[in-house]
Amino acid sequence: MTKTAPPIPDAAAEDTTGTEHGRARQLLGAMELDTRLLGMLAALLVIWIGFHIMSGGTVLTPRNLWNLSVQTSAVAIMATGMVLVIVSRNIDLSVGSMLAAVGMAMALLQAEILPDIIGFDHPATWIITLIAGIALGALLGAFQGAVIAYIGVPSFIVTLGGLLVWRGVAWAMASGRTIAPMDTTFQTLGGGSSGTIGGFWSWVVGIAAAAGIVFFLINQRRQRQKFGFHVRPQWADIALGVIGIGVVLGAIGYLNRYFLPERLARARAEADGIPWPPGGLDISLGLAVPVLLAIAVALVMTFVATRRRYGRYVFAIGGNPEAAELAGIKTRLTIVKTFALMGVLVAIAAAVQIARLNAAVSGLGQLTELYVIAAAVIGGTSLAGGIGTIAGAVLGALVMQSLQSGMVLVGVDAPLQDIVVGIVLVIAVAIDTFYRRRAT
Amino acid sequence: MTVDAKPTPLVEMRDIRVAFGGLHAVDGVTVDLYPGEVVAVVGGNGAGKSTLIKTLSGAHRCDSGQIFVDGKPVTIDTPRDAKEFGIETIYQTLALAENIDAPGNMFLGRELRTRWGTIDDSAMEDAARKVMGRLNPKFENFKTAVMSLSGGQRQSVAIARAVHFDARIMIMDEPTAALGPAETEQVNDLIQQLKAEGIGIFLISHDIHDVFDLADRISVMAQGKLVGTVNKADVTKDQVLAMIIMGKLPDEVSETDLAHLHD
Repeated sequence: MTKTAPPIPDAAAEDTTGTEHGRARQLLGAMELDTRLLGMLAALLVIWIGFHIMSGGTVLTPRNLWNLSVQTSAVAIMATGMVLVIVSRNIDLSVGSMLAAVGMAMALLQAEILPDIIGFDHPATWIITLIAGIALGALLGAFQGAVIAYIGVPSFIVTLGGLLVWRGVAWAMASGRTIAPMDTTFQTLGGGSSGTIGGFWSWVVGIAAAAGIVFFLINQRRQRQKFGFHVRPQWADIALGVIGIGVVLGAIGYLNRYFLPERLARARAEADGIPWPPGGLDISLGLAVPVLLAIAVALVMTFVATRRRYGRYVFAIGGNPEAAELAGIKTRLTIVKTFALMGVLVAIAAAVQIARLNAAVSGLGQLTELYVIAAAVIGGTSLAGGIGTIAGAVLGALVMQSLQSGMVLVGVDAPLQDIVVGIVLVIAVAIDTFYRRRAT
Repeated sequence: MTVDAKPTPLVEMRDIRVAFGGLHAVDGVTVDLYPGEVVAVVGGNGAGKSTLIKTLSGAHRCDSGQIFVDGKPVTIDTPRDAKEFGIETIYQTLALAENIDAPGNMFLGRELRTRWGTIDDSAMEDAARKVMGRLNPKFENFKTAVMSLSGGQRQSVAIARAVHFDARIMIMDEPTAALGPAETEQVNDLIQQLKAEGIGIFLISHDIHDVFDLADRISVMAQGKLVGTVNKADVTKDQVLAMIIMGKLPDEVSETDLAHLHD
C-alpha cells in the first residue's frame, strides 16, 4: 500500500512466540494493524494518564476531553492536507497567514457585506460565507501551487512569501480592525454551547459509525475473498469490529457526560417548556460541530488519499517524481490540486476559528503553520516525501494539543511549554526515523 | 527476420534530432523495427542511444524528425502518447515509486477502478499475480513497498508492467545491467518469448556482449550519429566493436584495425 512496509518479523520475534509477549505480538499481527498508529495511541494514553495523575484528576474528565476535541479540530483539519503536501515532497508555510486572510474575508462578507444585500442574520448567510471562503482558499492555494509546479519556484520559498503576503493582506482588508460579530448560524461551526448536536444525535452518529465499521470490515473481507487472497482470520475481524465499536461508543458515552452548566440548562428547559426538576437536569452537550467537521474531513481525506487515483499519484510523486512523470501522471497538475486542497482545508479551519472567537482579527492563526506541520510529522509523515497517513496526522494534532493543555492544567509556565513541545517533536521524529530504518 | 520482404515496419524513426543547448545529443538518426524483431541499439557512453529512445517512449521531445508507427506518422509528446501506440519502456532506472507496492507500480497511471471510480487494489493484485505467475513464479511480495524488494524482483515488477499492457513495441534500456547471471538468463528467455509473440524490441546497451546473441539487427551510434545498422548474421562481434569504437563500418575496417581492438 502507500505506507511504509510493515516491519518484517525478524528471527528474534519468531523465537518469542511461546512467551506471553510473543503471543500478544501474534494476535496483533493477525489483525494487521498499523503498528505506528498503535504506538501513537499508546503515547497519547501515556500523556493523558500522566497529566491526569499530575494534575490531580482534571485531564480525563468529560469536560476536559470535550474541550480538547474542540481545540484540536482546526489544526487536525489542516494537518490532513499538510500530509499530502509533505508526501508530495513540498511544504506549506503559509497556512497560518492564509487562515487569517480567508478568515478575515469570511468575516467581512458575513458581517459587513451580506447584511447590506440580503439582510442581517439571513438564514443563507452562513452557507454563502462558507462556500465563498472555501472558493477563496482553493484559489489562493491553487495560485501558490501553480507558481511551484509550473514556474518551478521551491514550495518553501513560495509559501514563505505567502506567509508574509497573506498576513499583510489580512491586515489590509480591514485596516487591522477586529471584525465582529459573526452570523448566528455561522457561529455553530465554532462549537460554542449552541454549536453542539446534543446527546441524542451524538448517539446517532456513534451508531452510524459502528455500522460503518461493520460495513467496512465485511466489504474488505468480501473483496479479498472474491479473488481468493489471504484474509484475516475471522476472529481477528470480529475482534477488530468489537474493539472499534467499543471505542467509538465508549468515547461518545463518556463525552456525553459533559452536561450544560446549570444556568444554560435552566434556560434550555424553559425554552422547551420542561419543568425544572428538583435534582437538576442533565443535558448533554454532545459532539461539537467543529469536531464532527474534523472527523468528516479526516474520513474524506483518507478516502481521497488511499482510494482515489489523485491520492495514489501524490504518493507516487513523493516516492519517485521521475517515475510518476514517466508513468504518464500529470505531476504538475497534481501538485496544483494538492495546494488547492490545502487551501480548502485552511478555509474550513478558518471558519471554525472565527466562529469560535465570534470575531476575526488579522493576527489569527499566527504560528499555526508550525503546529500543523508538527502534527503531520509527529503523525509519521516523512519530510523526505512519499510516506504519511491522514489518521496519523489527526492523532499527531491530538497528541500536541493534549501535551499543551495538559501542561496548562498542571500549571507549567508558557516558555517551558514551548520547550517541551519542541523536544517532543524532535524525539517523535527520531523514534520514527529509527524504526523506519530498521523496517526497511 | 528478413528485411528484404519489405513489410511495413512497426516503428520507423526518421532523421531524429535532439539538442541540449549547443550539444547535438542525437543528430539525424534513422532506425526501424519490424514485428518479432530485436534491434540492439549500442554505443559508448554519451553516444545518444538513451536520448534517441526516449523520444520514442515520450520522455523527451525531438527537435526535428518523424516517427512512424505501422507506417503512419505519429506525434509522441508524453509517455501517455507512447503507451497509446502500444510502446512500453523498461527504463534503466526501472522508474518505480519506491513507496508503492508491486501492483500499484504496475498499474501506475493506469489504475484499475471499481464502478465507484475508486482504485481497485484487489483487481490490480489479481492481475499482477497472473502476470508474475508467468514471468517470475517465485515472486510473492505483492503487498510490500518495492523499496524492500531485491534488484531482481524490482526488475520483474518493471518488466511485468510492460508485459501486462500488451505492448507491441518494447524498449528495454540496459535491462540486465543490475542483474546476476541467473536473473539475466531469465530476462533473455523472456525476450525470446516476447519475440515469438511478434513483439518488436529495441534493446539498448553500451556492451555489445550483452546483446549480440539476442539481436537480429544492430544499430550502432557514436557521438549522436548513427554509424550504421547491420544484420547480426553478417557480422562478428569484433566488427561491431570497431563500429562502436572507431566509427567504421565492417567493409571499411581492416584486419589491423580489428587486431588493435584487443590491444
